[in-house]
Amino acid sequence: MSSADFLTILPELILPVGALALLMVGVLVRRDSGMLVLGLSIVVLVIAGFYVAMGQGTETAFNGAFIADPFARMMKIMTLIGSGVTLYMSAEYWHRSGTLKFEFPVLVLLATTGMMLMISANDLIILYVGLELQSLALYVVAAFQRDSVKSSEAGLKYFVLGALSSGMLLYGASLIYGFTGSTGFSEIATALSGTQASLGVIFGLVFLLTGFAFKISAVPFHMWTPDVYEGAPTPVTAFFAAAPKLAAMALFTRTIFSAFPGIAPEWQQIIVFLAIASMALGSFAAIGQTNIKRLMAYSSIGHMGYALVGLAAGTEEGVTGLIVYLAVYLVMTLGSFAFIMAMRRDGQKIERIDQLSGLSQTNPLMAFMFGVLLFSLAGIPPLAGFFAKFYVFLAAINAGLYALSVIGVLLSVVGAFYYLRIVKIMYFDDPAESFDPMPRSLAAVLTVSGLMILLFFLYPAPLVAIAGASAQSLF
Amino acid sequence: MYEAILFLPLAGAIFAGFFGRLVGYRACEVVTTTFMMVACALSWIAFYYVTVQGQDVRIELFTWIQSGELTSSWDIRVDTLTAVMLVVVNTVSALVHLYSVGYMDHDPHKQRFFAYLSLFTFAMLTLVTSDNLLQLFFGWEGVGLASYLLIGFWYEKPSACAAAIKAFVVNRVGDFGFALGIFATFTLFGTIQYDPIFAAAPDKVGSTMEFLGMQVDALTLICLLLFMGAMGKSAQFLLHTWLPDAMEGPTPVSALIHAATMVTAGVFMVARFSPVFEHSPFALEVVTFIGATTAFFAATVALVQTDIKRVIAYSTCSQLGYMFTALGIGAFNAGVFHLFTHAFFKALLFLGAGAVIHAVHDEQDMRRMGGLRAKMPFTWAMMLVGTLALTGFPFTSGYVSKDAIIEGAWLAHGSMAMYGYVMTLLAAALTSFYSWRLMFLTFEGRNRGPKDVYEHAHDAPMVMAIPLAVLAIGSLLAGAYFMHDFIGIDVHSFWRNAIFLPEHTGHHEVSWLVFLSPSIVMFAGLAVAWYFYMVKPLIPFGLSKRFRGAYQFLLNAWYFDALYDRIFVRPAKWLAYKLWKVGDGKIIDGIGPDGVSARVIDITNRVVKIQTGYIYHYAFVMLIGVAILITYFMFTGGGLPR
Repeated sequence: MSSADFLTILPELILPVGALALLMVGVLVRRDSGMLVLGLSIVVLVIAGFYVAMGQGTETAFNGAFIADPFARMMKIMTLIGSGVTLYMSAEYWHRSGTLKFEFPVLVLLATTGMMLMISANDLIILYVGLELQSLALYVVAAFQRDSVKSSEAGLKYFVLGALSSGMLLYGASLIYGFTGSTGFSEIATALSGTQASLGVIFGLVFLLTGFAFKISAVPFHMWTPDVYEGAPTPVTAFFAAAPKLAAMALFTRTIFSAFPGIAPEWQQIIVFLAIASMALGSFAAIGQTNIKRLMAYSSIGHMGYALVGLAAGTEEGVTGLIVYLAVYLVMTLGSFAFIMAMRRDGQKIERIDQLSGLSQTNPLMAFMFGVLLFSLAGIPPLAGFFAKFYVFLAAINAGLYALSVIGVLLSVVGAFYYLRIVKIMYFDDPAESFDPMPRSLAAVLTVSGLMILLFFLYPAPLVAIAGASAQSLF
Repeated sequence: MYEAILFLPLAGAIFAGFFGRLVGYRACEVVTTTFMMVACALSWIAFYYVTVQGQDVRIELFTWIQSGELTSSWDIRVDTLTAVMLVVVNTVSALVHLYSVGYMDHDPHKQRFFAYLSLFTFAMLTLVTSDNLLQLFFGWEGVGLASYLLIGFWYEKPSACAAAIKAFVVNRVGDFGFALGIFATFTLFGTIQYDPIFAAAPDKVGSTMEFLGMQVDALTLICLLLFMGAMGKSAQFLLHTWLPDAMEGPTPVSALIHAATMVTAGVFMVARFSPVFEHSPFALEVVTFIGATTAFFAATVALVQTDIKRVIAYSTCSQLGYMFTALGIGAFNAGVFHLFTHAFFKALLFLGAGAVIHAVHDEQDMRRMGGLRAKMPFTWAMMLVGTLALTGFPFTSGYVSKDAIIEGAWLAHGSMAMYGYVMTLLAAALTSFYSWRLMFLTFEGRNRGPKDVYEHAHDAPMVMAIPLAVLAIGSLLAGAYFMHDFIGIDVHSFWRNAIFLPEHTGHHEVSWLVFLSPSIVMFAGLAVAWYFYMVKPLIPFGLSKRFRGAYQFLLNAWYFDALYDRIFVRPAKWLAYKLWKVGDGKIIDGIGPDGVSARVIDITNRVVKIQTGYIYHYAFVMLIGVAILITYFMFTGGGLPR
């Protein structure tokens, strides 16, 4: 361990140090400490993001257990954006409900620290430490509204099932260590190359990927998602939908490409199974939902399925598609939750889809922006959501996964139904009472994300170029 | 200049159609009518350049389609035939625009009306200036569209909508043949440009092509298929049923589209293809037969119609038959000459009838008119001129052109030409009878309509009177003035190569009996009409009672509509109903959208049930997932050699 190691993990140090400092601030400042800590947390995230962006090339620390490469930086910045923007949006929510405790932003910072470690993990142990750091913080924020039965139930369910998945992941990690004799990714890859992989390693891989699938809520390890999304306070749901998904997907990607390139056909089969199951369930189950947060849960399940299609391709092109997909998904999710958090009538928050009826007449701009996001989520050209799907399916087709592509495209038709149904309710049904005016911060997030989605097709080159460069560092 | 002729009407149509609401109806009327006036003046100048100075023009605007051997461009081809059509179309169109300013005065949708009129004119001009079959077809369909829109102009009237649809559908039948004709032409000649086709036609005599599994003479096949299109557009026997119903449209439309211009497109097309038709004697005989039959058939039906516009409509049908008879006997110039003169007097009659209808508050039944000469002497005079020309009173336009056809039929050889002669001569007698019947019923005797309406009947305003006067002059003098050019001693210098001309045209000596026969039957028809409707008005009534069957037969236009209804319309409706209910409703919707969406909802309901909310169910599902994957790899041999 040297001082160079600390420089490499500087952003990962800033976050926990900041979190601890803010904890002190929260305790010392008595009055309205919540909002102050929340604001400062965003500052800490921005500073960490700045140091992440400063990084150059590929650096490793702790004997290769930690890696900071372009892929890690890209994913970290997206994760930090996800955390920062959800914190920013949550301010309005907490302000209204008056239930903000300063621990919330601190927990978000700690969870983000875990995510950063996950993204940079190049060793099974770091992987597990990062994952658990993230998860423990998330268990707490899921149950953050202690006086709400639903929120407590959500937190408990998430914790129990998360513990189960952690157990499986650990079991898988131990199997892999047992059969390869190493925990470092590059050593595992070396051990597996050339020889025929034994069934034990494959079992280990299955259990390991099961743990990842739980985190990205891929079917059939998704069961917690709808309940937690619905039960948790809306800012927490937004946070769940945005940042942890990106981090877990990054972890997933790095693990299979760094540690298991030798047994690609095996993990490809697992991913194809997860992708099809997620796309199918995400599409079909969402149709039956009446609560918009539950609907977004199934929507995110489906979207993770599409992102996995890019991963299943197993090529650089596929990872590029995956990164583009995640970036677009992040923007769409943040915008959608900005809208959902602004769903209030006479000060009461509402969550039922049919309460949106006729919104285009009462709040036309809000309805239009959300409509754009819905069309994009459904993958309608020329919106960004279409290009995201386009890149992953193109990669899958180039990799010869024709059946997967056809199934995915057909299921996206089913998925389009429930998104368009919301548009129909907003635009063609009789108007109900108008919503409360949208708070400025949420309106800003919704508008910015809506415009980014709407205008992406004009200038998609930068994102695709960065995604391509990031993907390149994995190969 | 030629571009201006073609595009001024389009500019007017776009102006009135897209900006009509913005600028108000008066601006639309002024702009479209002025544009048409300018286009009309320019066409007469073009007519002078082409026919007197002999300057044919061919302007290629741009290439339209280029695909393999097929090339098609947008052209303006102006030779004598086109120049004649330009003059006819633009003159009548300009006058009808002007007339409509008065006629449509009370209509709330004037902008739309003028936009359609100008659009029609543009389409008709692209048709006549075409230099290849595809542009011709574009114009052909364009005028069909405008015709459909204008017949159904008063779309609140169910009868107008039905008539518009009927016109469209019947024309589809003809157009089907026409399109096949274009395909066959391309197959045989490898091009759809006129000049190469005409140049190659003599070499293709005797060549055959397969059609419906039979080897048939290629040129005859092409000619007959093209003629099928002409039959539809020009309302010839068997495909004529749409034209009387088309009278549901406003009267100026009837004058412009369903008398003077669009319905003559078939005549124009056959004349244009005269270098090809000339090589297929059989096709020409068919043209003669259909033309002569139409001339006679339509004239018989016109005898008993009571609706003033339907009489003129059947008359149009009959006169178109004359034109085709002329084409069929090889007298292409006489056919086009009759087209030219007919445009004047038939437009005059329609516009005159429009003035009458206007004056008696939209009454069209002649049995409720009568005695209008005292109330509207100017209109009476104009209608009289039109009637004289139509019946072929000596030295009027109609006399010159129609007698040329009848004489031509007598002079031509073959039994079919003789059939043409007999039929057209009979039709001339009938024409005289029904035309004078129309005049007597409308203007003479005592009035049979409501008294107050009669009291207030009066001549049309100046804006409607001017077009009538101009057309009347044309009806009287155009024939005599242009006779030498079209069919007389100057034919070769006039037509040059625009249409096929027989070797020895010019004047022929015929016996004085043949020469006088059209006039004799005309006076006979006039005399009978006079006796029936002026001297003994009860005779027609008695005849219709005594020969009830014949009367009904004629009144119902030989029962063609009823027949077609039985043979085509009802089976088609039955089939459509079945396809809708069973084919689309049960099979396609059932298996397709409805079935799929029902299955989706089934799946959704099941999937949602999995989400019980019990944590041990969730854990169970996760473990099942792991178990499935593990089992899968155990059996498919992870670790086994692949």
